[in-house]
Amino acid sequence: MARIVGGVTTSHIPAISNAMAKGLEQEPYWKRFFDGYEPVKEWLAKVDPDIAIVVYNDHGLNFFLNQVPTFAIGCADHYENADEGWGIPTLASFEGDAPFSWHLAESLINQDFDMTTCQEMLVDHGFVTPMALMWRHLPNWPVKAIPLAVNTVQHPLTSARRCYQLGKALGKAIESYPEDLKVVIFGTGGLSHQLQGERAGIIDVDFDLECMEHIIHDPEWMTRFSNTELMEKAGTEGIEVIMWLVMRGALAPKVNVVHKHYHAPISNTGAGVLVLENPAS
Amino acid sequence: MVWQPHDYENIPGTYVFDGQRSHAGYALNRMAFSFNSAANREEFARDMDAYCRKYGLSDEQREAVLGGDFLKLLHLGGNVYYLAKIAVFHGMNVQDAGAAFQGITTPEFQAILDRNATGFTDKLQQKGGYWHG
Ligand SMILES: [Fe+2]
Repeated sequence: MARIVGGVTTSHIPAISNAMAKGLEQEPYWKRFFDGYEPVKEWLAKVDPDIAIVVYNDHGLNFFLNQVPTFAIGCADHYENADEGWGIPTLASFEGDAPFSWHLAESLINQDFDMTTCQEMLVDHGFVTPMALMWRHLPNWPVKAIPLAVNTVQHPLTSARRCYQLGKALGKAIESYPEDLKVVIFGTGGLSHQLQGERAGIIDVDFDLECMEHIIHDPEWMTRFSNTELMEKAGTEGIEVIMWLVMRGALAPKVNVVHKHYHAPISNTGAGVLVLENPAS
Repeated sequence: MVWQPHDYENIPGTYVFDGQRSHAGYALNRMAFSFNSAANREEFARDMDAYCRKYGLSDEQREAVLGGDFLKLLHLGGNVYYLAKIAVFHGMNVQDAGAAFQGITTPEFQAILDRNATGFTDKLQQKGGYWHG
């Protein structure tokens, strides 16, 4: 049976991809942020997953505002990165697992999550930045990848509560797949940042750390916030943190904390990294 | 035909991108989306005014695009991720835009970010269990 080995949270902002493309990781501004990913990479090498499910939002590459699915899942054999218009080099394509994707879509729909299924899906910085953070040191991506996109761009958005429930359904979907696959889930985006308006530049370290602690021990706490409350605290773009709950919902109620890392600011963002391991069943 | 009010409209200095804004900014954001293609970027760079007209921007939107007035573009329904694709033509990144929204310089904007994050390593120690480097 497929098994969830654990989950990772990470920021996915393009400034990180830009820094990696330019080899700035050891520059003073970036060093502490990037060095904090080394334990993540070690853990991934140890658990050696077959599949990464990347929960992210598209920021205007695959989905334009003509059609905005609230929850969408890639169901293709491969996924391409592409030009987003600001000059960051495009990364190598990603191998998918169509039969597993379709199983997940079917199981989620049977559990009342009406996913949009995508047989062609360009993956933007929200997806490729985490993949590069984890595995750019290898010549090829060592996992098959499945994109799971959540609309966090155009309101009305889904809620933290609903993301957590989706995660629980995703966990059941994964664990009902007969093939012996080791699955890791990336919850990406956040933490606090606001790019727009006169309020641009907010970072709330206290709230970010509260989120990190509660995601580990008491994710239900996060689900009690309305989207307006989350935007007041974490900023209009910081609301991406709801996607962490998809990852968390898929994991066991009690998880082992492998790694906690926080840095701020990177570009305009508070950046939180967690590695949570499912207890061996 | 009445746009319904929302509680998030009370957050100061914030333009939550919802149906009403997306409706108002549709042509503008659609033009920005076209900049994912290098050929379209070249066409826009050759004649920005004509390109805005081709995409049916309002006069106000077109003037704000040409003038690089990003706060105005937010008011007119621009989404910040799409505006970032336009900002490139004015030599601006998201930090420059963050400064421009407030009428301050980019170093001043970066100082706000640094101030907001001041002392975070002490807070990590209080919480415990965080990677220290
Ligand atoms: Fe994002």
